[in-house]
Amino acid sequence: MSSDAGAPLLEVEDLVTRYPVSRGLMGIIAGRPRLNVHAADGISFSLRSGEMLAIVGESGCGKTTTAQTVMRMIEPDGGRIRFRGSDITTLSHRQMRPLRRQMQLIYQDPYESLDPRFRVRDTVEEPLIIHGEGGTKDGRDKLVREALERAGLSPPELYVERYPHELSGGQRQRVAIAASLVLNPSLLVADEPVSMLDVSVRAGILDLLAGLRRAGLGILMITHDLSTAAHYADRIAVMYLGRIVEIGSAKEVVRRPQHPYTRALVSVAPSRDPRTGSRPQLLKGETPNAVHIPPGCRFHPRCPQAIEECKSVDPQLRPAGGEGQEAACILVGRNEHLDANGGGPGAPTATGPGRI
Amino acid sequence: MSTRGPVLRVEDLHVWFDLPGGELHAVQGVSFELHAGERLGLVGESGCGKTTSILACIGLLPPNASVAGRVYLNDRDILEGGESTVAPHRWKDVAMVFQGAMNAFNPVKRIGDQIAEPMELHRTAKGRAARTRVVELFEMVGIAPERVDRYPHEFSGGMRQRAAIAMALACNPQVLLADEPTTALDVMVQAQILELLVQLSEELGLALVLVTHDLPVVAQTCSRAAVMYAGRMVEDGATTDLYHDPKHPYTRLLFSATPDLYAQEHIVSIPGVPPRLDRDIVGCPFQPRCDRAFAPCPTIAPPFVTVAPRHAAACHLNDVALERTQ
Repeated sequence: MSSDAGAPLLEVEDLVTRYPVSRGLMGIIAGRPRLNVHAADGISFSLRSGEMLAIVGESGCGKTTTAQTVMRMIEPDGGRIRFRGSDITTLSHRQMRPLRRQMQLIYQDPYESLDPRFRVRDTVEEPLIIHGEGGTKDGRDKLVREALERAGLSPPELYVERYPHELSGGQRQRVAIAASLVLNPSLLVADEPVSMLDVSVRAGILDLLAGLRRAGLGILMITHDLSTAAHYADRIAVMYLGRIVEIGSAKEVVRRPQHPYTRALVSVAPSRDPRTGSRPQLLKGETPNAVHIPPGCRFHPRCPQAIEECKSVDPQLRPAGGEGQEAACILVGRNEHLDANGGGPGAPTATGPGRI
Repeated sequence: MSTRGPVLRVEDLHVWFDLPGGELHAVQGVSFELHAGERLGLVGESGCGKTTSILACIGLLPPNASVAGRVYLNDRDILEGGESTVAPHRWKDVAMVFQGAMNAFNPVKRIGDQIAEPMELHRTAKGRAARTRVVELFEMVGIAPERVDRYPHEFSGGMRQRAAIAMALACNPQVLLADEPTTALDVMVQAQILELLVQLSEELGLALVLVTHDLPVVAQTCSRAAVMYAGRMVEDGATTDLYHDPKHPYTRLLFSATPDLYAQEHIVSIPGVPPRLDRDIVGCPFQPRCDRAFAPCPTIAPPFVTVAPRHAAACHLNDVALERTQ
């Protein structure tokens, strides 16, 4: 990390985002307490240019809220967001506007994110018009074609005049990516970019993102799929109930998970090889709602290793496992932790599929 | 394996949809069989006809669909007389967990009452007996029996999916068709539901068809899998054989496109898109996307034949391999 001279592209510090729960008129009259959904409850991470960080977690863990707050699409209730070294946490909409072109969002569903009445050209050109970029019509046209090529839609002539319904799911997602690339951003936030796509085309979209990262973009990928994150991201942050419970290099987090929650997640990721018998370590129940967060460690009611102390101590991220790896668990480094870690679930390795 | 014949045998199933733009041949000759206690994964990408195939098996296709082929339940063709021969078996012998079933409960009716409905419809139990059965079903799928009188919104997603499975099991079926039963669920809940399905098939001798696009789920849950492409069966065999010794390039490429936490190889997408099913397909439907297509592929459709013990595939490469060994 120290090798990087400049400031990180994105720094997030103790970010908090809450959504108030509607009490209803009766609730207000009855004087029921105001309740909040603690979607992001003290999130800190940083992202460098040319790096892909995957935020992994189950639904409701706050990963999408975190991404949207970082982009200032949702107002944070606390914490700091620094983009290229300057604090953007409290910038007004007007002040944010020139920065918006530098940070772009790719949505999950390319069937919904594209306007069905817009030709590919219109979709990709729109950001240029909004931001007053690209000069003349011809100038914009050139940028549109370049963006399509960068997104792997080549030759662009084949696509510019088409409507979304004439494209496959993978091609639609490439159009959405082209529209986010046309302004030449330095940060891409991809929210479940392949979960709506067929398995056979997912790798193509992920390779495209990996290529953009190599070309120097910083990419924040939100995903529920640990396997995808392990294959493509440089680092993985695992979220549970509004907190990052573990962060580190993708390989280390998957091979030597330190937090009991990460270990459980790794153990339930099914392998494509039937002979790689994983030993699923099933957690009881489901993630509690983020309104009433359990005291102490928020994972303790479901944790197979919880001890008495976990009910009262709220653990912070601290170094664990490999270099740069951190986990929020008081058992890290203790004997009980090491015992449970012996022959962790990351142990088996699969061979590739057979040939025909 | 038991000496008894298959519980369910599907032979040369075809489904056409009559659409405004013309006719769509969604299922183009699907055949498979299933024994008691067996778990078969039916896999393929969206639009390959996997859901349509199983809906046809229990006669639940929309009115614009026409069906041909035979579906034998314990050696009796239940498609023969249309609705009149399917209806008595639907839910009673062959039940289904629909895609998104957990979100299909009536929000203003108690879960327990909704689960009792099929029993009353098929007259397998009513009143107090039905209620006793609901409690029994709840225990079977791992829901606390005191929750029978709760409403759907009081259940989490995973619990509603368990309830949907309980509802499918209400009349004690021999075959359970599960359409993407874990797709909308989180990984941890997915693992719980899959464990439940495995346990049910083992304890009740239930024959299970798991329809999914998720190969790892099938690899870890089913002993056998059938791979579909463009409305046809391209390969059917033991999941270990499909992975380690595939007999169709599509199967291999689909596995290669699937990320695996435990594998190092780069994952690769399959170029191109599946063919349109509203036009006649000449030759092998996968040929334009295949990395091993050769002379006969563009013109001659490969037959779906047995290529090894308990392993069938529809690919000309196997003819070549066969000739070489002879």
